[in-house]
Amino acid sequence: MALVMLALVPATLFGLSQFGWPAIFLFTVTLGATLGFEALSLAAAGKPVRLTLMDGSALLTGWLLALTLPPWAPWWIGVVGGALAVLLGKQVFGGIGQNLFNPAMVARVALLISFPLEMTRWVAPAPLFTGDAPGFFEGLTITFGGQTLDALGFDAMSGASILGHVRTELGQGEVLNAALTGVFDPFSALLGTVPGSLGETSALLIALGGLWLIYKGVIDWRIPAALLGTVAVLATGMHLIDPGHYAGAPYHLLTGSIMLAAFFIATDPVTSPVSRAGQLVFGAGVGLLVYVIRTWGGYPEGVAFAVLLMNAATPMLDHYLKPRIYGRDRRGQPLEYPQPEATAATAKPGEGRQ
Amino acid sequence: MNVLGFNLFGELHGIRGGVHPDDRKSLAAGQPIEDLPLPGLLHIPLQQHIGAAANPVVQRRQQVRKGEVIAHAQGAVSAPIHAPTSGRIVGLGLYPANHPSGLNVRTITLQPDGEDRWHPDIRGVEDPFALEPAEVAKRVAAAGIVGMGGATFPSAVKLNLRNRYSLHTLVINGAECEPYLTCDDRLMREHTAQVLDGVRIMAHALGVSRIIIGIEGNKPEALAAMREAAAEHAEVSVVKLPTRYPMGSEKHLVQTLTGKETPARGLTADIGVVVHNPATAFAVHEALRLGRPLISRVVTVTGQAVAQPKNLRVPIGTRVQALVDHCGGFSEEPAKLISGGPMMGQPLAELRVPIMKGSNGVLALTPAETGQRAPAPCIRCASCVGACPCGLVPLTMAAHVRTGDLDGAVDQGLMDCIGCGSCAYVCPAHIPLVQFFNHAKGELAARGRAKQKQTETKRLAEARTARIEAQKQAKRAAMAKRKAEQAAQKAKEQAKEQAAAKADHVEAAEAN
Ligand code: SF4
Ligand code: SF4
Repeated sequence: MALVMLALVPATLFGLSQFGWPAIFLFTVTLGATLGFEALSLAAAGKPVRLTLMDGSALLTGWLLALTLPPWAPWWIGVVGGALAVLLGKQVFGGIGQNLFNPAMVARVALLISFPLEMTRWVAPAPLFTGDAPGFFEGLTITFGGQTLDALGFDAMSGASILGHVRTELGQGEVLNAALTGVFDPFSALLGTVPGSLGETSALLIALGGLWLIYKGVIDWRIPAALLGTVAVLATGMHLIDPGHYAGAPYHLLTGSIMLAAFFIATDPVTSPVSRAGQLVFGAGVGLLVYVIRTWGGYPEGVAFAVLLMNAATPMLDHYLKPRIYGRDRRGQPLEYPQPEATAATAKPGEGRQ
Repeated sequence: MNVLGFNLFGELHGIRGGVHPDDRKSLAAGQPIEDLPLPGLLHIPLQQHIGAAANPVVQRRQQVRKGEVIAHAQGAVSAPIHAPTSGRIVGLGLYPANHPSGLNVRTITLQPDGEDRWHPDIRGVEDPFALEPAEVAKRVAAAGIVGMGGATFPSAVKLNLRNRYSLHTLVINGAECEPYLTCDDRLMREHTAQVLDGVRIMAHALGVSRIIIGIEGNKPEALAAMREAAAEHAEVSVVKLPTRYPMGSEKHLVQTLTGKETPARGLTADIGVVVHNPATAFAVHEALRLGRPLISRVVTVTGQAVAQPKNLRVPIGTRVQALVDHCGGFSEEPAKLISGGPMMGQPLAELRVPIMKGSNGVLALTPAETGQRAPAPCIRCASCVGACPCGLVPLTMAAHVRTGDLDGAVDQGLMDCIGCGSCAYVCPAHIPLVQFFNHAKGELAARGRAKQKQTETKRLAEARTARIEAQKQAKRAAMAKRKAEQAAQKAKEQAKEQAAAKADHVEAAEAN
């Protein structure tokens, strides 16, 4: 758990510097709220609070949730999100290891449905200490002030994320190229100097953190590979069929929280299958659903829904895709005994046994 | 496709799972085998093998000589037990077993007389290869030899498998994959020729023409020694195995060496292979060439809590305490005492329990070595799934066992678990998975026995009711018969009386 968080540090720091004080406040509030609700529910259940908090799972949940929120969202989004993640996502199932769904994604989806306005208000990055960036006190008003960004005079900076923008434009009959012009530049998407949530921005840093985790043996390569591979294949295929409507693989792989999902969210051990085959199917399933939701569904970003849907399929995947037991075939029947005597007898009649 | 060593039969075959524990062999690997001095008393249990316990044939106060049979084998799967030295039988009773339960078991107690005199009938054969295979097996059985890697299955029964299976290969399990243990390593290094001789005698008894000796790469001296000795025997190949636990699991070893997988619930004999251990081979050599039964074995006494770790040749029945004392006692209070290896060994209940034919190690581990931690909840990390050499899903099985759903655990493959402990070794939550499985298997076995007992009791009860019923019927029949007889008697008497009366009447009439 500690290594996972360490792997998130570069992307998080970069994101925080991109979105400045409001993002830092929201991040802190979200983590604090998640830990607070975890401690409360542990105490209410009579479980050891300090010891369990030390396992870091609540902290990681809060962290991942914070990374998927709009960076300038008001403070109560973080608090409500933390509560939803801990209570609805985890404790109702009986605590760590028992939850069926990824708690951070449960919270994100619940927030998105309940507060669509706050949850889709993105801002362009304004790196700390640059001219456009809000100062410390301005940041406080943005996060805690309870007023809309427009009222605060930051409307110029608010805008849709790339995915949202493209979806709207396409919906208005624009062709893809026009829709992408000026908003999607693979290079800045890779680096992360684009609007979006904290963790959506720098695909590069997220991916590097993820690869490091694979190298360290903390996560398995199967889920990320299957997930990204599926998205890449689908995107490339559809792009070849109709380049006017379907964006290519770089667009899909570099925008939104797909990297975060591939390396940090879908790989959550508790809510993903335990067999290697199951993990491949799980990763591919998330990839497929993300692509389908993004391309034809009602939301610009489908990662959270895709992960939750595949979480629901995990018990079934675990049931049907167990490893083969030694000495048995895939269906669990004992292997056939080789029958050397019988074959010898039929192969060399008359010679008998040797 | 593993190309991890020189192999006469082509490359080794990869198997799934397994772990790489720190082997800790250096503690004892450099120590030559030393003879443990005869202790003051030997406690020799009657049950040292799988199968029926041996049946004592000595009396209290009887004088015995070294190598003399003191308990006979009982039944087809059993092994006789011999006097490890000359002396007097001083007890035939109960003594704590070398078993985690520490329960008392039937034990012969022998007081050595210090002369260590062999029984005069102990004699070997000139040329074991001139004997019939069945005769070799008979001698192995008479010598009380059992699988000395810890399985303690009577070896002769395995040698006789040739009668029911078509065998082609004898595999010698020199993997010694358990960390810490070095007794097989030392035996192969110091008694190379004898081990090889025993191996070849066993191959002769099995009627197989191919012998593969597998030794893990962490025992380069043993590998070199066995290779050199085997060079002049074309049928023997010595193969370097990758160092990985549980390489020494019989079925996995056979698959690594031959590429063939043993069917579930089958024996390696089903695919034509029989596996024996180097220590067993050494015992076979001694039994055939010298006529000596299995009365001592090499035991590794090690662990960081042992002052001077050693490999000792120990008479069967010696108390563990004597071994520890000979190694200079404990250098610090051990956190854990184990009989066998750290992965599959059993906790030692106390130090006065005896060494048995299958005891290959005595470990005294410090708190730092055991690394025991309080278990945390499972986070489904799947490490155990990746480590299981049998393709099981330990976390699911454990969940079933924990809720008492043993049938569910069996559905998940509990009976295919070899209890190797790889899953528990890798579990980051320190869940004692293998303990769950061993416990569940014990529970199931107990249930099976209880059920058997129940049916047996039921059968007996039914038989009893039937018997009582039959008796009642017989009684009733007898009574009826008696009544009928009485009635007949009465009728007869009546008839007589009537006749007499008639006669009187007639007489009277005549008289009138
Ligand atoms: S290794 Fe331990 S924590 Fe991981 S899945 Fe298995 S039982 Fe659970
Ligand atoms: S103890 Fe059983 S379940 Fe665990 S790794 Fe070994 S065979 Fe698999």
